[in-house]
Amino acid sequence: MKAVCYMGVEKMTVENVPDPTILNPRDAIVRISTTCICGSDLHLYDGLVPTMEQGDIMGHEFMGEVVEVGAGVKPEKLKVGDRVVVPFTIACGNCFFCKRELWSLCNNSNPNYWIAERMMGHSPSGLFGYTHMLGGYAGGQAQYARVPFADVGPLKVPEEIPDDKAVFLSDIFPTGYFGAVNAEIEPGDTVAVWGCGPVGQFAIRSAFMLGAERVIAIDRFDYRLRMAQDGGAETINYEQVDDVVQTLKDMTGNIGPDRCIDAVGMEAHGHGMIFLMDRVKQKARIETDRPFALRQAIQACRKGGTVSVPGVYAGFDDKIPLGAFMNKALTLKTGQTHMMRYMKPLLEKIQKGEIDPSFVVSHRVPIDQAPRMYKVFRDKQDECTKVVLDPWAEGAMAA
Amino acid sequence: MITGGALAVYGITRRSPWGIALAAAGGAITLIGSMQKLHAQPSTKSTLLVQCSPEQAYRFWRDFENLPRFMNRLESVSVMEDGRSRWVAVGPMGRTVTWDAEITSERKNELIAWRSLPGSDIEVFGEVEFRSAPANRGTLISSRIKYRPAPGMAGAVARFFSRGANFAIRQDMRRLEALMEAGEVPTTEGQSHGRRDLVTAVMRVADPTRPIPSGASVRDTFAARRNIA
Repeated sequence: MKAVCYMGVEKMTVENVPDPTILNPRDAIVRISTTCICGSDLHLYDGLVPTMEQGDIMGHEFMGEVVEVGAGVKPEKLKVGDRVVVPFTIACGNCFFCKRELWSLCNNSNPNYWIAERMMGHSPSGLFGYTHMLGGYAGGQAQYARVPFADVGPLKVPEEIPDDKAVFLSDIFPTGYFGAVNAEIEPGDTVAVWGCGPVGQFAIRSAFMLGAERVIAIDRFDYRLRMAQDGGAETINYEQVDDVVQTLKDMTGNIGPDRCIDAVGMEAHGHGMIFLMDRVKQKARIETDRPFALRQAIQACRKGGTVSVPGVYAGFDDKIPLGAFMNKALTLKTGQTHMMRYMKPLLEKIQKGEIDPSFVVSHRVPIDQAPRMYKVFRDKQDECTKVVLDPWAEGAMAA
Repeated sequence: MITGGALAVYGITRRSPWGIALAAAGGAITLIGSMQKLHAQPSTKSTLLVQCSPEQAYRFWRDFENLPRFMNRLESVSVMEDGRSRWVAVGPMGRTVTWDAEITSERKNELIAWRSLPGSDIEVFGEVEFRSAPANRGTLISSRIKYRPAPGMAGAVARFFSRGANFAIRQDMRRLEALMEAGEVPTTEGQSHGRRDLVTAVMRVADPTRPIPSGASVRDTFAARRNIA
């Protein structure tokens, strides 16, 4: 089958690899109909998350048809022929964490848990196509994928919902929604969202669903800010203001946004000395992340407010203003998304027509174009917000 | 031990009868020291919270034939008619190591202890304890295993099992947790991938469970080989 493989920093290639097979009783094999490049894949493309190996298959946002199930999967849970969307987190369904619906913290799905334990004390769940530290599972930017614990994760999608609307239930829609849930929004709240990539876009729309009065979106690309405006947000282009924190205070009668969502993560952009220091330190591997957005979120947040972090951080961060955090009595909520909590309710919202997640798509290309699209997406060329890949279309560029 | 070594060296340099006596005494101290070290193989212990009842965990463990499903170094355990069991493990250089064991102490749903019988390649002492965690949070399983060279046998086998034993026992216990809770042990062994570079490919063959750091060198490859040797 064809698969997008990591061959080194800024080097992806489409390789012909053997089709996946069932390795464990609760596995299933999915023939992928639609798959995507996620913003978090760009951190891997840039070589910033440790324990990638040459030859690893990328991708964690995919859906398709079940073509094979292991002996341990009961037919009432999943059977051959089911059309499913697969969450990016892998969960066993029975451990301490799964029982408490903390699905992204599953204790049994990461075979390489010990590497994560060395870095973080404990290991989160295994993920598809996202480093060996987080499981080393082959990903879904391919024609087929092996799905472990297939009786827990995959959600059946009714025929009338096209791939374009359903595929984002694999990560970014629930992740944006989880970001908004974690922000503990109360009616009348003003919510600030850093980053207007796909997760930010879904966080904006989810914030309104959860009762926000105003949403203020922060980015530096006008085309992304326009998309945020379409979702009802007011916007700040941080390259056009002197001080984002002061601007946010000015917009909120000096009180600051009640809830702040960092949908940027470890590769934030900004300006000034601190940003330059982060860049240098990240390049020199002294600091793994550039937490520019998180610092601003903590500074801007209303006293007693909540900072929610759906953005991905990988390691160790400098100059987090803990003084502000403590003295302003803020709450910080974060985590990889507990996917299985939100996939079904959000599918229902799509069915009812409350939201059509396909608005984020900017590029639809055959899988052979994926290596080039990583660069386009990373460099924000061609107004790129979301790249959808067709694993079966041949060669030439589609619309 | 250092004192003994120093005495021996000093004695040899004296080249006199007294010196030789001194050297012999020093040598003896060194020998005793090293033997003590050999016998002081630390026992390894691991405690894990597992989502099952003490009864379930006890029943699973009490059937020793289940143990190779989560103890990676064990090839098989077969329970014999007299209640004793024969354990077959993979030892140094892939060599098979065998020992017979008997249960030395047992409390239903609480504790099992066993030890190898005289005449084995290695002395093994094992103990596992099952306790309910508070507020129905599952069962705390504590296992303790100790390896010692059998009398008259070289210490290589015991050293092999003792080296990295803390890590190995934790890995085994995590596999047990996965088996008890999820019914299977997570794996990626045998899945598809693209072309590996030479270093990665060799290291993968040498040690399939260990991920390779990006930018690994040929030196790391040899280190990986040493780890399994």
